Amino acid sequence: MAEIEFDDVTKRYADGFEAVKHLDLDVPDGELMILVGPSGCGKSTALRMVAGLEDISDGELKIGGQVVNERAPKDRDIAMVFQNYALYPHMTVRENMGFALKLAKTPQAEIDEKVSEAARILDLEQHLDRKPANLSGGQRQRVAMGRAIVRNPSVFLMDEPLSNLDAKLRVQMRTEISRIQQRLQTTTIYVTHDQTEAMTLGDRIAVMRAGVLQQVGPPSELYGHPTNLFVAGFIGSPSMNFLGGEITGENVHLPIGDVRIPDELRRRLESGPGGGRRGVIAGLRPEHFEDASLVADRSRGLTFNAKIDVLESMGSEFYAYFVVESDQVSSRELEELAQDAGAAELPTTAGGVQVTARLAAESRVRQGADAELWFDSNHLQLFDAESGRSLLASNGARSSVEVPAGTSAQSSN
Amino acid sequence: MSQHTRQLTGWWAIFLVVIVCSLVPVAWIVSLSLKTPASATDGSFIPHHWTLSNYSQIFSTGIFTDALRNSIGIGLISTALAVILACAAAYAVARLDFPGKRAFLAISLAVAMFPQISLVGPLYNLWRQIGLYDTWPGLIIPYMTFALPLSIWVLSSFFREIPWELEQAAQVDGATPFQAFTKVIAPLAIPGIVTTFILVFIICWNDFIFAISLTSTTNAETVPAAIAQFPGTSQFTQPIGDIAAAAVVVTVPVMVLVLLFQRRIVAGLTAGAVKG
Repeated sequence: MAEIEFDDVTKRYADGFEAVKHLDLDVPDGELMILVGPSGCGKSTALRMVAGLEDISDGELKIGGQVVNERAPKDRDIAMVFQNYALYPHMTVRENMGFALKLAKTPQAEIDEKVSEAARILDLEQHLDRKPANLSGGQRQRVAMGRAIVRNPSVFLMDEPLSNLDAKLRVQMRTEISRIQQRLQTTTIYVTHDQTEAMTLGDRIAVMRAGVLQQVGPPSELYGHPTNLFVAGFIGSPSMNFLGGEITGENVHLPIGDVRIPDELRRRLESGPGGGRRGVIAGLRPEHFEDASLVADRSRGLTFNAKIDVLESMGSEFYAYFVVESDQVSSRELEELAQDAGAAELPTTAGGVQVTARLAAESRVRQGADAELWFDSNHLQLFDAESGRSLLASNGARSSVEVPAGTSAQSSN
Repeated sequence: MSQHTRQLTGWWAIFLVVIVCSLVPVAWIVSLSLKTPASATDGSFIPHHWTLSNYSQIFSTGIFTDALRNSIGIGLISTALAVILACAAAYAVARLDFPGKRAFLAISLAVAMFPQISLVGPLYNLWRQIGLYDTWPGLIIPYMTFALPLSIWVLSSFFREIPWELEQAAQVDGATPFQAFTKVIAPLAIPGIVTTFILVFIICWNDFIFAISLTSTTNAETVPAAIAQFPGTSQFTQPIGDIAAAAVVVTVPVMVLVLLFQRRIVAGLTAGAVKG
């Protein structure tokens, strides 16, 4: 059991490229910390530095209070699960799982006992004498887990352990990993690029982008109070919609209507440059939209009309896509997100921004028809158009936007 | 006859030609080795008088048995040294990105291309000066040198196929780099190592140039060199039967070896060509 501390850790390659920049991160004993971000953000590099498979260029890495920068992987008391499992093909499952113990010169009786215990937890008992090549993907993944847990290490490191599994198995193994981690209470760092995995699995999540840590916090905090556009766009599925807007006086003017901003924020803005007028990017989560006819009290939000271009039924809910007339919001952070999602090549919607809304299954909106929608503006996120930082989360004060009765506006589209 | 059968027949005809071309000389040698000295030159393919006297003859003289001992000893030692050194070099080539890696590979390939005959003269003089002439090390050193490039190339393509992660997994599991190599990488590379061993052994076993030039007595003379120096039973008879018998004795083990491991050898030579 051990705490992991990154203290100003930097990874610089020979060509000068910095994969991880000044990372400060504490993972308390027993926590399951998720490192998440698009590919190339430095999350795997950070993990491999903990494992000792990458040198640390600058800063200190401590495991259990001891600086381990110069320690070989074998002296760090860690176990790692690799993305492609890295099972030893010439050994049986039993030998694979017992390999570390054998290297540590553990008595054979103890090895057998620990291996069968792990096999029991992972439901691998009947496969112990088979070679990895004869196992299914899910079984291989469990062997990789087993190899890590038999050693009872002080730290687990997992590098996208589920990304080679099919979707159904992935969900199953996700709960399995969560259960095992809770049972063993071993400090774990888990790297993934899948925000769903991050949200469901982690005690806390650290979002990284281009080698820089963006935000650390419990899933609910990252979801509810993202500190910048990148985190806002990365966390949540389907992802947050972004609309350009402008703050004038006590309202923020959005393409779908005006919303009153909190007094505290208004005062802060007024005292700053620009005297309270400034461009913002508003973030609206799909799940905070609703079919207006299903909302009893519309005063808490904005009601507006939109023509539904595409309606997808998920059975339990609808995903409605419509276009809002607005300037294309552009930000480096959002472009990066789009690139990661592979959307960079898609043509942008002409004359506006495509918005995704999640509507209840009872909704009677139809594809191609106008619909009256409602947005719960308690959940509106506001970001500075230039820096991309959240305007709501600054100064540590978390306030949400409120809409006084009567200001909800109709927006024709 | 359908198109398919005709095609098949055609292929079999070609196979037959190839098989006949490559096997007739071997069969001829076997036939010669079973003929009596008097009938050796009668030109018939099947011996009229079967005899094993040629075999008993070569095993009764010291020339052949000493040469056999030298061939086996020198071949095994050269091969073992070459494979061990090549393992280390190939592993470094496959895993590390060191400056001059390409140059190293190019030079080792150049060594393999080097005409061996041009080295025989200088080596002869050098060996005589430093006392390696007509000794085992005198042959082991050049054999090893010329076997290394091939071994390095074959082995490095094998090592390259073994995923990096396996070694990292071993390191995280608590293995030292040496343990990671001996317990994880080497066992996986066994097919490659066996292949290389056989290829190198055949090269050493078959060598004639160095063997004839750098040895003079049964002290270090290998089989190919010794066969060339077989005396006849009298000065008027040619030792055709003896030569044929000796050739059969040294060829058969190699053929058996290759037949046993041919699948592996082909896999070894083409490793890395296609994703396995």
